Amino acid sequence: MEAGARYVSPLDPHSPAARDIATLWWWMLAAAAIVFAGAIALLWLGWRRRGEPGLPWIGESERFNTGLVVAFGMVIPAVVLSALFVGANLVVMRDTEPPSRSATAMTIVAIGHQWWWEFRYPESGVVTANELHIPASTSVNLEARSADVIHSFWVPELNRKIDMVPGQRNRIELYAEHAGTYRGQCAEFCGLQHANMAFNVVAEPQSGFQSWLRQEQAPAEPPQGAEAVAGMRAFMEGACASCHTISGTEARGTVGPDLTHVASRATLAALTGPNRHGFLDQWISDPQSIKPGSKMPGLELTEAQFRSLVAYLSGLR
Amino acid sequence: MAIAIPPEARSRVERLESIWKEGSGIVGWLTTVDHKRIGILYFFTSLAFFAAGGVEALLIRTQLIGPNQGVVGPQTFDQLMTVHGVTMIFLFVVPMSVGAFGNYLLPLMIGARDMAFPRMNAVSYWIYLCSGIFIYVGLFTGNGPSAGWFNYVPLASRAYSPGPGIDFYALGLMFTGISTTAAAINIIVTIFKLRAPGMSINRMPLFCFAFLAVSFALVFALPPLNIALFLLELDRLLGFHFYDVGLGGNAILWQNLFWIFGHPEVYIIILPAFGIATSIIPTFTRRRMVAFPLVALAEILVAFIGFGVWAHHMFAVGLSSVTTIYFAAASLVIVIPSGIQLFAWITTIVTGTPRFQTPLLWIIGFIVLFILGGLSGVMFAAIPFDQQLTDTYFVVAHFHYVIFGAAVFPLLGGMYYWFPKVTGRMYHEGWGKTSFWLTFAGMNLTFFPMHILGLAGMPRRDYTYGGDLGWTALNAIETIGAYLLAAGLLTVAANLAVSLFRGAPAGADPWQGDTLEWSTSSPPPPYNYAVIPTVTSPYAMWDREDRDADVRNLAEGEKTLEQGHETASTSVVDAEWDEILEMPSRSWWPPVVAVALSGVFAFILLQRWLAAGIFLLLTFAAIGGWHWKEPQEA
Repeated sequence: MEAGARYVSPLDPHSPAARDIATLWWWMLAAAAIVFAGAIALLWLGWRRRGEPGLPWIGESERFNTGLVVAFGMVIPAVVLSALFVGANLVVMRDTEPPSRSATAMTIVAIGHQWWWEFRYPESGVVTANELHIPASTSVNLEARSADVIHSFWVPELNRKIDMVPGQRNRIELYAEHAGTYRGQCAEFCGLQHANMAFNVVAEPQSGFQSWLRQEQAPAEPPQGAEAVAGMRAFMEGACASCHTISGTEARGTVGPDLTHVASRATLAALTGPNRHGFLDQWISDPQSIKPGSKMPGLELTEAQFRSLVAYLSGLR
Repeated sequence: MAIAIPPEARSRVERLESIWKEGSGIVGWLTTVDHKRIGILYFFTSLAFFAAGGVEALLIRTQLIGPNQGVVGPQTFDQLMTVHGVTMIFLFVVPMSVGAFGNYLLPLMIGARDMAFPRMNAVSYWIYLCSGIFIYVGLFTGNGPSAGWFNYVPLASRAYSPGPGIDFYALGLMFTGISTTAAAINIIVTIFKLRAPGMSINRMPLFCFAFLAVSFALVFALPPLNIALFLLELDRLLGFHFYDVGLGGNAILWQNLFWIFGHPEVYIIILPAFGIATSIIPTFTRRRMVAFPLVALAEILVAFIGFGVWAHHMFAVGLSSVTTIYFAAASLVIVIPSGIQLFAWITTIVTGTPRFQTPLLWIIGFIVLFILGGLSGVMFAAIPFDQQLTDTYFVVAHFHYVIFGAAVFPLLGGMYYWFPKVTGRMYHEGWGKTSFWLTFAGMNLTFFPMHILGLAGMPRRDYTYGGDLGWTALNAIETIGAYLLAAGLLTVAANLAVSLFRGAPAGADPWQGDTLEWSTSSPPPPYNYAVIPTVTSPYAMWDREDRDADVRNLAEGEKTLEQGHETASTSVVDAEWDEILEMPSRSWWPPVVAVALSGVFAFILLQRWLAAGIFLLLTFAAIGGWHWKEPQEA
């Protein structure tokens, strides 16, 4: 995320589920503050009366002391914890459980890879990476999968996290009340570049989303100009095509992100940097110094090949 | 100051001195079976690992001091954070509490002359030392494990972690598990069979209840871990597919097995600390613990219920709602026994006449930190909140409040408290208090902001972060806090190290302590007690008539057992005289067994099966040699 630095906080909710969790937190914080203050007050009392045995007014009564332990250590916790249990695990949880399929307007499959995100829209055949578009104020059924190790899909402002476990298809509801960009990131340690495995959820009004979807469904734009044509040739003949897909071309690789419309995306390499000249050039020429351990190899390219590749990729809108 | 020896008993004491005489020099330490010496070995070894884990933590914090730092790369960072966790949990806290405190203090507290199995005790230590070195060989050769301390598969499988790092982890933990299991069994038998006559179960100090609970928890918690590790090594070294999803394996199997061990482990870590707290509080508040039976019961219950909550570490993996709700309920239930103990400590302090000296300060710090860590812990039993905040810095904050605040603070308090007993000298009170406040401030400065970072969306285990996410200032504060924390801990170490040579003589009982260990000289003689004490309450040292009776017994030669290398054995529940046990003498076999076993693990790691087999035979040969003769004759 480039411009507009801001917290990506569960306490800044943009969906009913995230708001419920945030409310739950504030209640728990209030209760915790009361318990903590009470315990500190007792310890302070112990310090104030360090010379005198027993309690004020009551004095020394072993039965009363035991009663205190039972009251504070058993009875009050039992009541408070029962309330917490009902509130959190029976009430709030209804909003954060996987949605029933009939209640959602569409399904998106999110697949975690070391260290990027693949997003598939089975109903329209769209495949993209690291930038998840959804219609605003629409309930989306998100299916979380993994292509390799365990990752966790987490957009703190929209909902709780859900792990992406190989062999499992976990589901979660994705819902954004307003149009906007919401940062998501991997929340289960998944290896070297776990820290650089983020994505954006772009929530748009229905019409904007539909036009985005139409654009994504289209095959890649043919290269414009001699340099881009040369870039396409370098892409197809070099190593690139063995790992990336560009629909409408012979590039069919599935190791790295689908690049059919890569130029329309705001960031590169799972939010490692902005998608514009400068970073794109660096990323192609020396990915290992930007994201050490990434599966993207540094390529031996001539200056001309390199420039033409950049020209080609920048045209894939 | 030794306890008063009546003149007519002098010859008996001299006889005991000669029978129990410890070997001198390095050979004496290598072959020792004395629980106090083994405890001291455990102490310094685990302290060294604490220092190593601390350096790792400082490197981690330095890397995170600001955005996009290059102090260490991702590869090193991942190894550091993994080995930091493994070190602190397996090589520091458990060996320090169970190995050092348990070994040194339990026999003294129950009036025994040694642990039930002195040579098994020695072998536990030597195996622990060798396994710790084994794990660090990995780190120092650049092959440290890097999949985090809970080492989730498939990340930890051969396909995604090809080097030997994970093998160092898996084999190292199995190796150290042998030591811990042996130590736990030893403690259980010692507590059951070697208590002083009259110390029926209900008169046992709460410290012993805590260690009994911990030892049982260890015996039952380690097998699932060992199975998980064994299956992992079958996958990694021999191509099995237990965790291989592509071939019908299951990645969640690892998580279940690991946390069936891992959550009880949390209580294994903090229960000894509770035991230390229940030793220090009565002494410094000059009154008996409030609600003693409830606290004893709570210690046992915590260890027991701890086995039924493991899946709360897995609420985000997509378990069914029914499963998560069950485990959330169980996790809430365990709050109750913790609440009982907490308010028993607080009520004892409030109703007593506390002396706010260094050991009690650490315990009060512990209480405050444990409340904070407990409160944030309870929040994780709220499933949606757990699913939102798990794997963020909020969790890192929570478990450091529990592990550092609730486990390490009492250990540090305990070091001050028993320092006079172990060394015969007093520490420096002023520096003791300074060290507490430095550590307390550093601890909170390091870990409190982590709650906020988690709520600001920072995941744990990120080796770097962008400057545009609002995380910079809090991270910088935490790193400064970590240095302050290190300064506090170094002050503790310096205070104790200087006091070892310059401290004022402490005498046998500088605190008017409540338990038996304060009745013997400081440091205690190798045989601990010239007379096997007779006990009539959990506060044996406060029963003056009983202790006077010990001195009379010494004069009359009653219960002195000076005919051989002997201690008393009593019945399990009522602690009635059972028999006199002939205790084994020093031996070379324990370190030899540990070294041979090291060969087994090293060659498994190198996949040199023949050599591993040879070392396994050597290990059995050493165990055979050990048992060739009755240990008393060796």
